Amino acid sequence: MTPKSSQPGFVDTMLETFQGDNAGVVPATGHTAWLTVFASGAMAFLAVFALALSLATGRVADRWADELARTATVRIAAPVGQVDAQTEAALNVLRTTPGISEALALTDEEQNALLTPWFGSELDLESLPVPRLIEIVESDPGYDRDGLRLRLAGEVPGAILDDHSRWRAPLVAAANRLRSLGLLVLVLIAATTAVIVTLAAGSALAANQQVISVLRLVGAHDSYIARAFVRRFTLRALAGSAMGTLAGCVAILLMPDPGEVAQNNFLTGLGFVASQWLWPLIIPLLAGAVAFAATRTAAFRALKELT
Amino acid sequence: MIELQNAAYNYGGGELLSEVSLKLAPGSFHFLTGPSGAGKSTLMKLCYMELTATAGQARVFGNDVRNMTRDDIAEARRRIGIVHQDCRFLDHLPLMQNIALPLSVSGKDVEAEKGNLRELLKWVGLDHQENALPQELSGGERQRAALARAVIMAPDVVLADEPTGNVDSEMSQRLLQLLIELNKMGKTILVATHDLALIRMAKSQVNIRVLRIANRRVQLAGADL
Ligand SMILES: Nc1ncnc2c1ncn2[C@@H]1O[C@H](COP(=O)(O)OP(=O)(O)O)[C@@H](O)[C@H]1O
Ligand SMILES: [Mg+2]
Repeated sequence: MTPKSSQPGFVDTMLETFQGDNAGVVPATGHTAWLTVFASGAMAFLAVFALALSLATGRVADRWADELARTATVRIAAPVGQVDAQTEAALNVLRTTPGISEALALTDEEQNALLTPWFGSELDLESLPVPRLIEIVESDPGYDRDGLRLRLAGEVPGAILDDHSRWRAPLVAAANRLRSLGLLVLVLIAATTAVIVTLAAGSALAANQQVISVLRLVGAHDSYIARAFVRRFTLRALAGSAMGTLAGCVAILLMPDPGEVAQNNFLTGLGFVASQWLWPLIIPLLAGAVAFAATRTAAFRALKELT
Repeated sequence: MIELQNAAYNYGGGELLSEVSLKLAPGSFHFLTGPSGAGKSTLMKLCYMELTATAGQARVFGNDVRNMTRDDIAEARRRIGIVHQDCRFLDHLPLMQNIALPLSVSGKDVEAEKGNLRELLKWVGLDHQENALPQELSGGERQRAALARAVIMAPDVVLADEPTGNVDSEMSQRLLQLLIELNKMGKTILVATHDLALIRMAKSQVNIRVLRIANRRVQLAGADL
């Protein structure tokens, strides 16, 4: 019944655990059973949030990083007659600045498009001293900000370097860090589940020493006895974490809808998007696998000591 | 089948059994007697490998117990029917499943054996009790159930520790008849008991050998019983 020559793989062993008729040989021990179900449920609930946090901060970090790469501008505010000349001068400075891969002056139409939401479409741009905008695309190592400011001040008196979106850089770093922390939290939750299941299985094994000795008296292999415990704890962890995951997903669905604008914020944007909803499905599977491995290890260790 | 060679056992407070040699030949019927606390159960445990001799050696089906893994021991126990002194059932399972336990444990199809199980229950006179829980049974019923469980795998050897421990003499006699029947079927039997009346009763019906524990040694008892 137990393969001796070939070492069965994890999946084979797992499948074998759920076949056979040893379901009832270990009596159901009331409170460890419920503690295991509850604890794996609670852990799965937390895991859903850690996962959501990780995915949401990931999305935010990506979006912000994207915007960061494009958002430095130089504004030319000069008397109407000098705008074109100063723009040309500024473009020259920018093209010769190391770390800037592109510098593009916006056309009138583009500027119009930017201003329309603020002033309405009837605005006559010609009649207003609207500053000219030059968009800067940074290359990877970046440019020397203070150096560029000094050069612009010297050569193009009307130019102002505006890289105000720089303030987002530390936030992107923080979001990235938060994403890694979310993954770390998931690992810790899995480890804690393993610890809880190991302790519960250990106490069930200790409480059932009589049963184990009867089974041994009639010729049970360690693997048979272990399976009876492993099956039980794996199913409890699966059931508990399935409920916890479901509850976690419902809680996330019920989070107030932040709307389009707030999508940029990882707090209001907490949740799953489209196919990301598949991710929580792995939580119960992971919990089951963790419980399986933890109980198996605990059972074989206990059975080795119990002779 | 089972052989002890100069075996000793020590729980920690000095040797309880010393230089014990015995050999259970196939088809033989042995009784083991001695006062309470003499070490009968201990010797039985050496035979069914729950304990390992602290000196000398025990051989079961030709293998030195010291060299057997836990899996080897499990396999060997499937060929030995054990009636434990306290019977030892799984209290949460009904009688039928308890008696079928050796089958389940060795991966046999219990459903396919239902017929044999019923027959066995009838043999020990418990056919009306198959759904009873072990704690609902009387002392004699438990002993008979333990015997039924011990023989369900058609073992080569039956080791029974005080099988008539807490039953009246009528029940003792019934149990003895079952053991004698098993021996006539060719099984090797070892019965530990302090009940000399039981031994005398057996002696009048089959060919038995009586071993006695005295002063930590095991001797063949003479005609003084
Ligand atoms: N697990 C044990 N640890 C220590 N001493 C034991 C243990 N089991 C039995 N003994 C002692 O060994 C002696 C023999 O016990 P046992 O073999 O049960 O005798 P019997 O079956 O002949 O009555 C007794 O004195 C008992 O107290
Ligand atoms: Mg005894």
